[in-house]
Amino acid sequence: MSAHAVWALEIVPNDQAVDPHTRALAQILHDLGRRHPGVTHGRLYLISGEQSPQLQQLVRNLCLDPVIAEARSGTRSHADEGWLIEILPHPGVTDAEGDSLAEALTRDGIPGIRVRAGHRYHIADALDATTVATAARHLAHDVVERVSWRPATCPPDESWWDAAFMPDAAPDRTVATIAIRALDPSALQELSARMLLSLPRQDLVAIGDYFESIGRDPTDVELETIAQTWSEHCAHRTFKATIRHREPGADDLEIHGLLKTYIMAATDAVNRPWVLSAFRDNAGVIAFDRNHEVSFKVETHNHPSALEPFGGANTGVGGVVRDVLGVSAEPIANTDVLCFGPLDTSAAALPPGTLPPQRVYDGVVAGIADYGNKMGIPTVNGATLFDPGYVANPLVFCGTVGLAPRGLRPTEPCPGDLIVVTGGRAGRDGIHGATFSSDVLGTSHAELGSVVQIGDPIVEKRLADALPRARDLGLYSAITDCGAGGLSSAVGEMASVLGAEVELDRVPLKYDGLRPWEIWLSEAQERMVLAVPPHHWPALHDVFAAEGVEATSIGRFTGDGQLRVRYDEQIVADLDCAFLHDGMPIRQLESVWPTPSPIYSSIAPETDLTRLLERALSDPNVASKEPIVRHYDHEVQGRTVGKPFVGPFDIGAADAAVMRPVARSWRGLAVGCGINPWYGEIDPYAMALLAIDEAMRNVVVVGADPARTALLDNFCWGNPMLPDRLGGLVRAAQGCHDAAVAFRVPFISGKDSLFNEYRLADGTSRPIPGTLLISAIGIVPDIRRTVSMFLKRPGNLLYLIGLTGDDLGGSLALRLAGQRGSRAPVVNLATARRTLSAIHRATRKGLLQSCHDLSDGGLAVAAAEMAIGGGFGLEIDLRNVSTATCHSEPAGEESRLLRTDTGAGRDSSFLGMTHQGLSDATLLFAESPTRFLVEVAQEDAATFEAILGKTPHARIGVVLAQPQFRATSDRGTVIDADITRLRTCWLTPLAEAAV
Amino acid sequence: MSAVLPRPRTTAPRERNRPRALVIRAPGTNCDRETTLALELAGARVESVHLERLLAGSRGLHDFALVVLPGGFSFGDHLGAGALWAHQLQALGDPLTRFVASGRPVLGICNGFQALLRLGLLEGGALAPNASGHFECRWIWMQRTATAHSPLLADIDRIAMPIGHGEGRFVAKDAATLRAMHVQGQAALVYCDADGNPGGYPVNPNGSQGAVAAVTNRAGNVLGMMPHPERNVTSGQAPAGRPDGAGLAIFSNAVRLARG
Repeated sequence: MSAHAVWALEIVPNDQAVDPHTRALAQILHDLGRRHPGVTHGRLYLISGEQSPQLQQLVRNLCLDPVIAEARSGTRSHADEGWLIEILPHPGVTDAEGDSLAEALTRDGIPGIRVRAGHRYHIADALDATTVATAARHLAHDVVERVSWRPATCPPDESWWDAAFMPDAAPDRTVATIAIRALDPSALQELSARMLLSLPRQDLVAIGDYFESIGRDPTDVELETIAQTWSEHCAHRTFKATIRHREPGADDLEIHGLLKTYIMAATDAVNRPWVLSAFRDNAGVIAFDRNHEVSFKVETHNHPSALEPFGGANTGVGGVVRDVLGVSAEPIANTDVLCFGPLDTSAAALPPGTLPPQRVYDGVVAGIADYGNKMGIPTVNGATLFDPGYVANPLVFCGTVGLAPRGLRPTEPCPGDLIVVTGGRAGRDGIHGATFSSDVLGTSHAELGSVVQIGDPIVEKRLADALPRARDLGLYSAITDCGAGGLSSAVGEMASVLGAEVELDRVPLKYDGLRPWEIWLSEAQERMVLAVPPHHWPALHDVFAAEGVEATSIGRFTGDGQLRVRYDEQIVADLDCAFLHDGMPIRQLESVWPTPSPIYSSIAPETDLTRLLERALSDPNVASKEPIVRHYDHEVQGRTVGKPFVGPFDIGAADAAVMRPVARSWRGLAVGCGINPWYGEIDPYAMALLAIDEAMRNVVVVGADPARTALLDNFCWGNPMLPDRLGGLVRAAQGCHDAAVAFRVPFISGKDSLFNEYRLADGTSRPIPGTLLISAIGIVPDIRRTVSMFLKRPGNLLYLIGLTGDDLGGSLALRLAGQRGSRAPVVNLATARRTLSAIHRATRKGLLQSCHDLSDGGLAVAAAEMAIGGGFGLEIDLRNVSTATCHSEPAGEESRLLRTDTGAGRDSSFLGMTHQGLSDATLLFAESPTRFLVEVAQEDAATFEAILGKTPHARIGVVLAQPQFRATSDRGTVIDADITRLRTCWLTPLAEAAV
Repeated sequence: MSAVLPRPRTTAPRERNRPRALVIRAPGTNCDRETTLALELAGARVESVHLERLLAGSRGLHDFALVVLPGGFSFGDHLGAGALWAHQLQALGDPLTRFVASGRPVLGICNGFQALLRLGLLEGGALAPNASGHFECRWIWMQRTATAHSPLLADIDRIAMPIGHGEGRFVAKDAATLRAMHVQGQAALVYCDADGNPGGYPVNPNGSQGAVAAVTNRAGNVLGMMPHPERNVTSGQAPAGRPDGAGLAIFSNAVRLARG
C-alpha cells in the first residue's frame, strides 16, 4: 500500500475561455465585484484503493486527451498563489462518471478501486476568505454536492476526500415494530410527521383499525408501504375524493371523484375505438396503424426540480421514459413544458430557501437536455412560461411518446411468475419521494437531501435497448416502472390482485447499510420490475446481460392475495392486498369557487400599437425559445419531419412537431400542447376550454386529423385541502370534460401534481397559479401534406379563420399593461370542432401555403411570427376581420361559463372603437379562441373559400415582398413595423439570458 | 431488428453484391438504428453488433467489408467524448489495424468520430467541447475541400445535414498539422453557409479550427465526421431549402468502396 489511500488527478482543459464551469465561477466573482478574475477549472478524480504506478498511468490514459487538456496531480498542493475550491458529490449520491472509471479499471484487471468525480477550481487572485466562501457556496448544489476551499498553497485535506466515499457498512437488519395501537390520534399524527409519512388523521385511524383487526402492530416496512401506496402521488386521493362543491348562484354539487366524473367520463362519452389503453397502464395508448401503436405520457417533477434543478429535471425525463418502457414501447420523442419565475427576479424578492429563477432555468434545461440527448430521444415540442407565481415552485412537465408493435403489450402477471427487478441498484436515493411530493414545500429543503435523485441515462438506455428484445421474444407477462415509492409501489401495484412474496436481501444494492424498509422504498433510478414465467427466466436474464443490465429475481407472485416481504428469512411485512389497495378511506373534501368581482380593464386608446407589438414579441413568454431548444437533440432517430424551427432562417417556431414513426410509411404523428395559467387566474373552467382549444389548434395546424387526436391532462395545483384551491381544480376538471366531449377527443392519460405551495418564513402558504397542461397527439394522415407556419410567397392572400371578440381578459396585451381583466375568452363549443375540421380538410387538399394558430398576443403576434419566420412582410386590413357581434355563448343548458359571466366587466377599450364595436387594439391583440391565420395562393382562393363553407373566415390581407408589417383600420395605419426590428425584439430576450 | 424500422423492400442489388456492413454498438450508442437503415438503403447487408460480442469473439471484423461507429453517448461520454469506447475498441487489437490497412471503409459519425480520434485511427487533433459551452442541434452545410480525395466523399460538393453534439470543436495538434491536413486532403469537409462561404457562428456551429467538420486518414478509407448523414437519407427528413436525402451519398460511397 502506498502512502495515500486516495490519489487524486486533475484534468484541466487548455481552452479555459470556453469552459462553462470557468465562465460560471468568473460570473459569480464578477457579481461579487471582482473584475476579470483569473479562474481555471478542472475535473477532479479521486481514486481510492491500493495505489500502483500502473493504476495511475491507466487512469491518466483514460482521462486525458493531451491535445485539449493537461493532467495535474491533484494530490500535491499547488505552488500558485490564490485559492482552490473543490466540489464533490455527497457520499452515496449517484456519480455515473466515477462509476464508469471504476468499471473500466475493473475490466482492465484492477478491481476494487473506488472513484469519485468532482470539480476543482483555481482562483489566481488574492481574494479575501469571505468572498471565496461566498463564491464556493454559490457554485455547489448543496443538496447533492459538498464544497471546500483553501489557499492554493495548503496541502489537500485527505479526511475531506475520504468523506466523499460511502463508508463501509454492515448490512442493517433492523426492523422496528411501531406500537400504533396504543397511540391516540394526536400521537399518531405526530408519528406520521416524524416518519415523513404525510398521512392525514383519517388514514391513520383506518390503519390503526386494520392492525387492531389482525391483532398486532405494524413494522416500519408495513407502515412505510401503506404510506407510499396511499400517498397523493401514487393513489391520486384528491382526484378520487368525494367533493362538496359550492359556487354562488348554483346548487351545491356532490362530486364522486373528479377523475371518474369528468376526465374518464369524457373518454367514455367520446368512445373512440382506436383508444387501446386509457388511464389503466403506465401510459395512454392509441392505435397508429394496423401494425403499430403509440403511447404518450406526461409527468411532472416539480418539487425535486425546485431543490436541485439539474437532478430534478434529469430524473423527471428518466421517469416518464420508463412509463413508456412500462407499456413495452420504444421512446421516440420527448416533450418538455417549463414554468419558471421571471429570470430577473431580484434576490430580495426570493422566499427563504429558494433558488434564483435563473439558476433553476439553467439547471432544468441542462437536466432535460442531458437525459434526452444521452438516451437518443429527440425532444421535439414544449413550452416555457415565466410568471412570478412560479418563483418558489417551478413546474417541470416531461413527456415521452412511445412506439410499439400492436398486440405485444403484456399486462397480466400470473401466479408463479418471478418478480424480476432490472436496471440500476438500490441506494438511499429519493427515499420518501412519493410522500414528499404530496406535501407543501417547506423552508428547510436541505435536510430533505435524500429525496433528490441523480439520474444515469446510460443505464436507462441499456434497459431501453434490452426491453424490446425481451418483448418480441415474449419473455415476460407484465412490466411496470419503478418510480415513486420504489419497489413498495411497483411490486405492490403488480401484486394488487395476486399477492406476492419478496426476498428483500436479494435486491442488488449500491452499498450496504440500508435497512429493509429503505431497500423496499429506495427510489434509485433506472429500474423496471417484470413478471417473468420461470421457464423464461434464463432467456430473459441473457437478453439483459447482453446489454450489460443486471436482472435479479427477488420473489414471485403467489395468488393468495397477501403481500409478504422477507429479509433474511424473517417476515418484515405481511399485508392483505385488498386492504393495501382498497382500504384507504375516500377523502371528503370541501370546495368553493367564488365568482370574481368584475374589474374594468382596458388598453388605453392612445397606445402606440407598433410599440405594443414590439413589447409583446419581447415578452419572455412569447419571445423565441431557440436558446433553450437548441440544447435538445430534436433530430436523433431521424423521425422528426416537422422540426421545432422552420423557414429559410431556421427561426420560425413551429406550432407542433411532426414525427414519422415508421420509416416506410407516410403516416405521421403530430405532438403539441396548450397551456395558459393567466386565463385560470380569472376562471379555471375557461382555462381548461382554452388549453384544449390551443392544443387541438397546434396539432391541426401542422396536419393532424382532429378526429384522430387524443389528449393528456396534467394538473398542477396548490393544496387541495383548502376549499378555494380545490374550487378552481373542480372547475378546471369540468372544463376538461366539456371541451373534450365537444371536440369529441378522448383523454388517454393524465397526472396531477398537487400541494404546489410554498411556506413563507411567516408561516403563510402561497399556491402556484393553478396550471393545466393539455398535451395532444394526433395522427397526420400523410406527412407530405403538412403545413408550416412561415410566409411563403409575396402576393399570397391572408385569411383569418374564426371570429374575433372582445377577448382581452387574461391576454398578454392586458398583462403588459399591468392588468388582468375579469372575463376569460370563451370557446364556442358548438362550432370549434367544425372549424378545426374545416382547416384539416383544406390541409388535406394542400391548399394552405402556411398556417399559424392565434394564441398569446392574438392576431398581431401570430402575423408577426409568420413574417419573421418567412422573411416577408404583410399587410392586413382590420376592417375585414370577422367579429363576434356579441360574444359567443357556449351551447347547452349546462354551460358553466354563464354563471361567472354575469356582471363581469368588458375587458376592452370602449374608446376608439372602429369595427363592429371592437377597438383596433382588441382586433389585433384579443385572444379569441379557435382562430387561425392562413396563407393561400391567389389561384386557390375560390376552392379554399368553398371548402370553408360556413366556417367564419375573412380575407384580411396579403403577403408583401418588402419586410414590412402594416395594419390599417378606419384610423389609417395603426401598425407600421420593420420585420427586421420585430425579429430582433423576438429573438433577443432569451438569448441574453442564455444558459 | 425491432418492428419499428422494417427492413426495406428488396429494391437493393442482388445478395452477392451487397457487402456486409458492421455497426458497432456500445452502451449509450443511440444512432445505430438510423445508421443501419441508411446502410441498408445504400445496398449493404447490415449487422448491428454490441462491442461486448466482438470482444468476446462471437463475431469478428473479418466477416465484414465495412465498419461504422455510429453516434450517441457511449459510456455517457464519461472521461471525455468517446474516451471509454475508444479504450475498449483498442482491445480489438490487430484485426482492427489490419481492417484499416486493407483499405476497407471505416466511418465514424459524431461519437464514432470522437472515438476514432481517441483511438488514433484518425490523427491530427481532438474534439473539444463546443465554443458555446453546450450541446447544440441544428442543420448545417459543409463544403468538400479542394484537396479532399477520400473515395467516401466522391461526387459530393456541398451537403446539408444536422449536427447534434456538445463536443465537436475540432482542435488541431498545432498550426502546422492543420496546414498539412488541408494540403493532404485530410481536412475533408468544412462548415460553410448555403452558398459555400465560410462564416462564424452558427455557420461554424462549434468553433472548429479551420471550420473542420470531417477528417479522413491519408489513405482516405477512414472518415470521421461530426454531422449526421444518417439523419438525411430519405425524403421528408431535410427542412425546406436543403436537398432531401443527400446524406445517403456517403453511405453509398462506402458501400461502393466495400464492394471493391
